[in-house]
Amino acid sequence: MAHDHEHDHGQDVPSDLTLRVKALESLLVEKGLVDPAALDAIVDTYEHKIGPRNGTRVVAKAWSDPAYKTRLLQDATAAIAELGYMGRQGEHMVALENTPRIHNLVVCTLCSCYPIPVLGLPPVWYKSSPYRSRAVREPRVVLREFGVTLPEDVEVRVWDSTAEVRYLVLPERPAGTAGMTEEQLAALVTRDSMIGTGLVAAPAAGGKR
Amino acid sequence: MNGVHDMGGMHGFGPVEPEANEPVFHHRWEARTRAIVTALGFWRKWNIDYGRHQRELIPPAEYLRMSYYEKWFTALAGQIVQLGLVTREEIESGRPAPGTSKATPPLTAEGVHEAIFGTRPYTRDVQVAARFKPGDRVRTRNLHPAGHTRLPRYARNHVGIVQHDHGAHVFPDTNAHFQGEHPQHLYSVRFEARELWGDEASSQDAIYIDLWESYLDRP
Repeated sequence: MAHDHEHDHGQDVPSDLTLRVKALESLLVEKGLVDPAALDAIVDTYEHKIGPRNGTRVVAKAWSDPAYKTRLLQDATAAIAELGYMGRQGEHMVALENTPRIHNLVVCTLCSCYPIPVLGLPPVWYKSSPYRSRAVREPRVVLREFGVTLPEDVEVRVWDSTAEVRYLVLPERPAGTAGMTEEQLAALVTRDSMIGTGLVAAPAAGGKR
Repeated sequence: MNGVHDMGGMHGFGPVEPEANEPVFHHRWEARTRAIVTALGFWRKWNIDYGRHQRELIPPAEYLRMSYYEKWFTALAGQIVQLGLVTREEIESGRPAPGTSKATPPLTAEGVHEAIFGTRPYTRDVQVAARFKPGDRVRTRNLHPAGHTRLPRYARNHVGIVQHDHGAHVFPDTNAHFQGEHPQHLYSVRFEARELWGDEASSQDAIYIDLWESYLDRP
């Protein structure tokens, strides 16, 4: 998606959008329609206070605490709120458990719906036309591009987020992690594994996206 | 509407290209655009479905060319004029019209935590009987409304099985047009991949879609 976000890389003059957004913001501030301090706080919140780290803690707790996992699979909104994560675009959460037989993959073909309280704002590829068009039709090909090759007999379930229900994939706990603390486990979990485009690697194998 | 935003199943867009160590925002204008949309939402002039529909209304060639936040900015500039927050002249001149009094922003920095971490459920506590139950076979209607809908084209006139009843949710097709929330039962429906994509698809795979009751019929 290079053409999507690199219009103004390496240019000395500000891009058209930089100028247009700046002009609109100053008009809105002058009219008293927005408070610039509120805008700063919103940006700061998305950049620093929400992100996939929240989701990794949910996954690590589900791996470590069977009762929590049961609650998460029954009522994900409440179970996620137990850890203090809630908010816009997380009002109606569902957790999808990956098993040796079932692999879940989440997409929003119509726009870019994403479980923001647990994963933060979505990456560009999730919002891109290639992902939105292909994930429902050829999920296994898309998964291979992410380095995930699943055996033929594994059932792939693709979840198209057409409503206000938001999905969090509970990836499989990798081998070789017995005895690890929740904190250590959380550090293994990747954002992509909670969307379904990645698997959680065993500790020695490394590799985090 | 049968727009290019409804792209499930389309060919020709090329590979998915993840970016390593991607920042939350690539440019300051993207961050400001997102923040402005959030903050202006507190004027309660629109709802989430209206906002999505405004982005769908961007002409197809433009929609495909634009980045995500460019679509947001384009739709925003149109909707604030349409809903009377600013005038076209003010956008063009960059200055408030002479003689307009300064408003008080409904969202201040102190309110931002609640604005982002507060919840606004889309379920409604109404007593409407569910027409379907888990296990029921359903056929999606062959609907092609000119307005907003959340029934993707690739899933129209296909048979699936109801997995779960999410309860009564606000109906986007009316809410996006300020025609009321009209809550309806929302169901998770499972479609076999071959039902949607033919024999090329894996017989193992399935697509789960959240669908409102009025999108569904008995097969």
